[in-house]
Amino acid sequence: MASSTTFSTFEPWKDPAEKPYVCIDRVTKKFGDFVAVNDISLDIYRKELFCLLGASGCGKSTLLRMLAGFEEASSGRILIDGMDMAEIPPYERPVNMMFQSYALFPHMNVSQNVSFGLKQEKLTGQVIKTRVEEMLELVKLTQFAKRKPHQLSGGQRQRVALARSLIKRPKLLLLDEPLAALDKKLREHTQFELMNIQEQLGVTFIVVTHDQQEAMTLATRIGVMEEGYIAQVGTPTEIYEFPGSRFVADFIGSVNSFEGRITVDEPDHVIIRMLDQDVDIFVDHGVSASPNARVWAAIRPEKIHISRTDPGQARNVIRGKVKEIAYMGDFSIYLVELAGGRTVRVTQPNLRRGDPERITWDEQVFLHWLPSSIVVLTE
Amino acid sequence: MTTRGIPAVTGRIIRQAESLLKRAGLEGLAIWLARRVRRVRHLGRNLVIAIPYAWLLAFFLIPFVIVLKIALSDAAIAQPPYTPLWEWVGDQYLNIKVNLGNFMFLVEDNLYWKSYLNSVKVALVSTVACLLIGYPMAYGIARAKSAYRTILLMLVILPFWTSFLIRVYAWIGILKNNGLLNNFLMWLGVIDSPIVMLQTDFAVYLGIVYSYLPFMILPLYANLEKLDETLLEAAYDLGCKPARTFLTVTLPLSVPGIIAGSMLVFIPAVGEFVIPALLGAPDTLMIGRILWDEFFGNRDWPVASAVAIALLLLLVIPIVILQHNQARNSEANS
Repeated sequence: MASSTTFSTFEPWKDPAEKPYVCIDRVTKKFGDFVAVNDISLDIYRKELFCLLGASGCGKSTLLRMLAGFEEASSGRILIDGMDMAEIPPYERPVNMMFQSYALFPHMNVSQNVSFGLKQEKLTGQVIKTRVEEMLELVKLTQFAKRKPHQLSGGQRQRVALARSLIKRPKLLLLDEPLAALDKKLREHTQFELMNIQEQLGVTFIVVTHDQQEAMTLATRIGVMEEGYIAQVGTPTEIYEFPGSRFVADFIGSVNSFEGRITVDEPDHVIIRMLDQDVDIFVDHGVSASPNARVWAAIRPEKIHISRTDPGQARNVIRGKVKEIAYMGDFSIYLVELAGGRTVRVTQPNLRRGDPERITWDEQVFLHWLPSSIVVLTE
Repeated sequence: MTTRGIPAVTGRIIRQAESLLKRAGLEGLAIWLARRVRRVRHLGRNLVIAIPYAWLLAFFLIPFVIVLKIALSDAAIAQPPYTPLWEWVGDQYLNIKVNLGNFMFLVEDNLYWKSYLNSVKVALVSTVACLLIGYPMAYGIARAKSAYRTILLMLVILPFWTSFLIRVYAWIGILKNNGLLNNFLMWLGVIDSPIVMLQTDFAVYLGIVYSYLPFMILPLYANLEKLDETLLEAAYDLGCKPARTFLTVTLPLSVPGIIAGSMLVFIPAVGEFVIPALLGAPDTLMIGRILWDEFFGNRDWPVASAVAIALLLLLVIPIVILQHNQARNSEANS
């Protein structure tokens, strides 16, 4: 995939010489007694596609509205391109926003909606006309220019909103749940379109979403938010493979976490004794936890292998019984019950069509995994 | 077709009856029964619509026809004071006498069209004044915190709890030469002698604006309250300053409210009788007063009826415009 190669080399946050384009510096926002955004610091770099991911009510939209200038921070600073935004009203910020509801002007047609931002600048009619035409071409809405918003489909409205927010060529575009109102097929299609447009125009995007899959697809980096805090910032791979806490591990994808105690703590490996099972977990990397500490060994469902026969290893293996199977087409989900009643979630790709050897309900199985698949979490 | 409840039950009974009749070889009877039942169901639906129609017929159309009939007759010193439109002559001739003279008179005598024009002028100016005063108030209420909103709306509606007539009389007490306002201004030392305010056009405008302001505020409020705040945010976000945002977003979107409010003020203001009679000068030409004078002063019922018909036509035009506008709006929103 072309985009993944460009993204893998695009890592401005690792370059100490690079200056952040958006600098959120210890920002707090309170509504009465309720703390919506709690002491958040975040650096976002030029041309990034940064996703703020979190459940509803975690403060991600409030943070976005503070960037746009619709809410004032209770404390802390927001700098965009080195300029403090505290005293600058929304209509003077170098920022545009795409609203979750799209907020299209119902009394204007598509081209009037798109040209609205340009008409606020001192531009000649001809310049406005060509730029609107260019933009409508970019979002493939040329033939709908004379339609009113209520005559458009949801997907078309979404593209009008995008065109309207991009027409002023902002350096920073804020997108509040840009794809939430679209159905699944259209959403996937639009995700890629959004990424293409972002790359073409070189705009910095900050996207707010509650959809972890959307964040994983779009983002150069993801900021996972929880109750006003930033729980973790990282690339989609980092967030998925190396979650920093049980909350992040649980929020992104699904995870099996086994509570246990570290029994052997070496610089190059640790052994964790599972609390409710007679099983040792061998982890092939060191862990920064105090010896004998209570930890959680987290493992993703797809990294667990399921088999009828004993894999013949002393560690990283558990016996169980298949309780449920959910066939998803491309893969199947197995819920395997361990001794003591807890279940483990395992997913396996369906590689063979109509596999006669496939594992079915109530079979005794062995679950095993590689020593590198475990993430050890202390909180 | 889906049927529920009682219609479903009756439907089943009817179908059973039908099949019974068919089995008994009475096909014709079965078809007749089905048709009967369908007609009864239609009747029920029509009955619901018939009630408002009957109401309008009884209280609008029939009086209108009576007034029209009087307008086409001659004045007479009799009881009632007009000649009949038709009468039997010698048991075989139906003598119909239609007098168009009353309408001709309205056109010929400039008193009438002058007072029509003046009524329209007074109503227009009052409507504009109501709009200018009412719009900021409606906007303020719509943007107020929801806890205050009910109280503010209450304050707008509160005057209706007192009789309209009493409120207009109260203005006499305020505006007359030794009334509240003049005494207050003299006490302040702003003026030495009282300003004549009562029995002027100013008093008429004041009375109409005061009385009809709630009719402007309420539809405007209903419209502005629905205004999506994110539209304003979107305008700010695109670099539009607040004053321009008001002109380009808020104002165009509140046009239906402005039209509704203006109609609700304009239509009763044109025919207003009480306010010019109590607060205006004796020579204030308004069509409502002319109407009163013709009926009760001159006892010329036919001319008075012609004035009323003309006034009605004058008012029907803005109502038709309003309806046309509303139909277009609802079409655009669907």
